[in-house]
Amino acid sequence: MTDSKTTTKTVNVTSKASVSVLFAGDSGDGMQLTGTQFANTVAVRGSELNTFPNFPSEIRAPAGTISGVSGFQLQFGSKPVYTPGALFDVMIAMNSAALKANLKNLHQGGIIIAGTDGFDEKNLKLAGYPEGVNPLEDGSLSNYTVFPVPVQQLTREALKDSGLSSREVDRCKNMFILGLLYWLYNLPYEGTVEMLQSKFSKKPLIADANIKAVKAGYYFGDETEIFANIGRFDIPPEKEHGTYRRVTGNEAAAIALAAAAKKSGLELFLGSYPITPATEILQNLAKMKKWGAKTFQAEDEIAGICSSIGAAFGGALAATNTSGPGLALKTEALGLAVIMEIPLVVINVQRGGPSTGLPTKPEQSDLFMAMYGRHGEAPLPVVAASSPVDCFYTTYEAARLAVEHMTPVICLTDGYLALSSEPWAVESPDNLAEIKPRIHAARKPEDPPYLPYKRDENLVRSWAIPGTKGLEHRIGGLEKQNETGNVSHDPDNHELMTKLRAEKIARIADTIPLQTLDNGAEKGDLLVLGWGSSYGAIKTAVDQAIEKGYSVAHAHLRYINPFPKNLRQILGNYKQVLIPENNNGQLVHIIRDTFLIEPVGFSKVKGLPFNEMEILAKITDLIKEL
Amino acid sequence: MTDINPTTALTAKDFASNQEPKWCPGCGDHAVLQQIKSVLPELGVASENIAFVSGIGCSSRLPYYMATYGIHGIHGRALPMATGLKAARPDLSVWVATGDGDALSIGGNHFIHTLRRNPDLNIVLFNNEIYGLTKGQYSPTSKLGLRTVTSPAGVIDHPFNPASLAIGSGGTFFARAFDKDGKFLRSILLRAAQHRGTSLVEIYQNCPIFNNAAWDAFANADIKAENTIYLEQQKPLLFGKDQKKGIRLDGFKPIVVDLEKSGVSTADLWIHDETDINKASILARFADTDPDSEGALPRPIGVLYAEDRVTYEDALTEQVRDAQKNGAGTLAELLKGDNSYVIK
Ligand SMILES: Cc1ncc(C[n+]2csc(CCOP(=O)(O)OP(=O)(O)O)c2C)c(N)n1
Ligand code: SF4
Repeated sequence: MTDSKTTTKTVNVTSKASVSVLFAGDSGDGMQLTGTQFANTVAVRGSELNTFPNFPSEIRAPAGTISGVSGFQLQFGSKPVYTPGALFDVMIAMNSAALKANLKNLHQGGIIIAGTDGFDEKNLKLAGYPEGVNPLEDGSLSNYTVFPVPVQQLTREALKDSGLSSREVDRCKNMFILGLLYWLYNLPYEGTVEMLQSKFSKKPLIADANIKAVKAGYYFGDETEIFANIGRFDIPPEKEHGTYRRVTGNEAAAIALAAAAKKSGLELFLGSYPITPATEILQNLAKMKKWGAKTFQAEDEIAGICSSIGAAFGGALAATNTSGPGLALKTEALGLAVIMEIPLVVINVQRGGPSTGLPTKPEQSDLFMAMYGRHGEAPLPVVAASSPVDCFYTTYEAARLAVEHMTPVICLTDGYLALSSEPWAVESPDNLAEIKPRIHAARKPEDPPYLPYKRDENLVRSWAIPGTKGLEHRIGGLEKQNETGNVSHDPDNHELMTKLRAEKIARIADTIPLQTLDNGAEKGDLLVLGWGSSYGAIKTAVDQAIEKGYSVAHAHLRYINPFPKNLRQILGNYKQVLIPENNNGQLVHIIRDTFLIEPVGFSKVKGLPFNEMEILAKITDLIKEL
Repeated sequence: MTDINPTTALTAKDFASNQEPKWCPGCGDHAVLQQIKSVLPELGVASENIAFVSGIGCSSRLPYYMATYGIHGIHGRALPMATGLKAARPDLSVWVATGDGDALSIGGNHFIHTLRRNPDLNIVLFNNEIYGLTKGQYSPTSKLGLRTVTSPAGVIDHPFNPASLAIGSGGTFFARAFDKDGKFLRSILLRAAQHRGTSLVEIYQNCPIFNNAAWDAFANADIKAENTIYLEQQKPLLFGKDQKKGIRLDGFKPIVVDLEKSGVSTADLWIHDETDINKASILARFADTDPDSEGALPRPIGVLYAEDRVTYEDALTEQVRDAQKNGAGTLAELLKGDNSYVIK
């Protein structure tokens, strides 16, 4: 197992606390696989980790161009890391377009490992460099540490006897780079060798060639003198003992739905229509039939939610998942679910909008739609996940609220959480909250008539499931008479029902946990109030701000409707409230509206998540003004 | 048909809810409701195991009048709701009440996709060739030239032929009946309920308020015989007063023959085979001819097409069962996943 360590010459190894790496190349260069493998290796070794893939929205963007660049960013460290890193310390640029597209996010003095074969005349031209200009040669990269490596040439040499075609050989060059990075970060390559053996078990030649390429890259690091002055790095793994798995937000959300179904004793039904970046939830659940998950790929988003409403009426834990344009299509049916008062989980994986907008880029701009995007008075609970792993807990909580409060619930995630990953300490079934469906028992002939809209102390009606004797009832979109559920056009009844439905949602505040501070003192100058995927960036920035001695705290909302009961009080404990959002200030509106305070908004709508530097800079500005 | 769970012998009355139907007097919906209620006891399914799902429209109010479970949904979306319900609960007998606007206009997409998937639903399509509930606008089945509030100069949209659409979408059962012809309608509803898969019954339903007499050419006693043909499996296509006319197939072309004048015998006539999709497709096209036109083809009534094909929910249940053949997954396994690793 320690093969990869012992055969290495003694080179200076420097310890570091964390490092951020970007693997970037053309879409065809296999950067996603390379990054994923690297991430697996550091995770299994026990590092803290956060990853984020960044690929073009076109399936086959023109090779060699900026729009064809595919990247995989990760940060790993000894202590928890909450983002893939604001700037990277190391950038792998397999071609000149990858370099050009990403250079602005490389630390000054950072390392560039450039695959020189991707910087030939043709590639430079495709990347848009003026004729005769090669950034590797013109001194423009003098602020960085550049290592030109002829990756393709070296891979070809290593595999000259492999018996593979030159195309197949060239496809191994990502493994060469991976091997080199393993060497540079003092990591074992055996895990990758095993992966390649099993992945290509039916194609031994391909497996061998890839393995050879990994090793060639590794030993290239050893043998070449070019890294002599920087040496190797080590990021000592310090993760606590235990069993872990690495999950993306979309995986975590899918697991949560299946887990909630198991825990509640209900069958899971997901009606869904593919849309980036939400599709993997459907894909993941389609693979969970072993846990009884039924998935239905509908003809559109309307059919997706309506099939789930049908399933929920039938007594299933029903869910639907989508992204902005799909949520727009679901709004009419959401109103139906509100008035029917049936449980339904709607996961909305937000992306840049309006319309098709930036389909592969994250944004937090569907908050208004989640809160208000229905006709009529149709309040429903809204919760938001803050990290890939939190997509599990928040989705699970959405399912609990839906089932226990007989209401549709919108769970907001986004394209950043959906695709990012982090290690997750495997959860024990006993730690998951109980989910208790309000299922009505069968009625005996002598019992009083069943009243579908009779409510308990939380104003929750019971769930009468078809097949149960004596509870036959008809409900739908028309206003119902209180308790009986019969169609009613009575003006006073409509007002009563409108208020009851609203009050039912408001009373959820009595049952959810109070808001806690993530970081900082209970009273102070500035509270950074966040929601959703900005968690990692805010957390990191507030950490740094506190270290600088600023009086700053961080609270991150999971419950946006209803808000936790103590939120008003928390907001009042600071001179100023800062709300960073990947939108034009939607939570700012809601907070101002609800609490009549004047928070400071900090918007970013570039299709990019916040990074910690931006937030720290904003905090610093505000603190100075106070 | 759904597995039965008979309790005591039920009657039509047992399926009537305590709500009074609010349809206009003389509306065909009353008659259809009556036949649905009367056919249910025959299925031997207890009322708690039956669900009616509908969209929006006059006809979509039907679930309220049934003493079963029911959803009165939103316009056009009854079919996906029913599909989800049936997928989650294959044990239920699921019925859909829908109008021509509900099923074919706003719900057109769901209509074609439901039919190709073939969940075991019984769809009752109330075709009155008009939007009733919204007060008389033309629908996707309204005849060309029909003057309505939204087509004062006459409809210029070519209408749908529901039978062709259904068969073309991969539907496995299509039948046609009249609201007024109670006994026959009942027999067709029974056949539809017994069909495993999506059964579509198109009912020519009169809306006396906004499109009165739309079906008179086929429904009125004096001309009905000339304009309609009642299909019977493995029987020749005969129609007309005293069954003196028949349909012969000349290649793919159906031709009306007068048995007395032409000397064609019944042995030469088209023999109805509801399992033959090619014949069903031609039969479906009969509805494209105007009954008043020269050589008009009679309107087929009865079962045009019936095919035995696996249902959506059976295929889905089978996949789940297959995935669980070595036991269902536990919550602990789910949480652990198959790529976990141990840090020592
Ligand atoms: C989303 C939406 N659009 C429009 C309507 C208005 N609407 C209700 S029923 C209907 C047409 C009904 O016609 P049909 O389905 O033929 O049923 P009928 O009333 O004739 O039985 C329309 C347009 C609606 N309820 N919802
Ligand atoms: S408007 Fe027409 S379809 Fe609607 S209830 Fe009246 S008669 Fe029936």
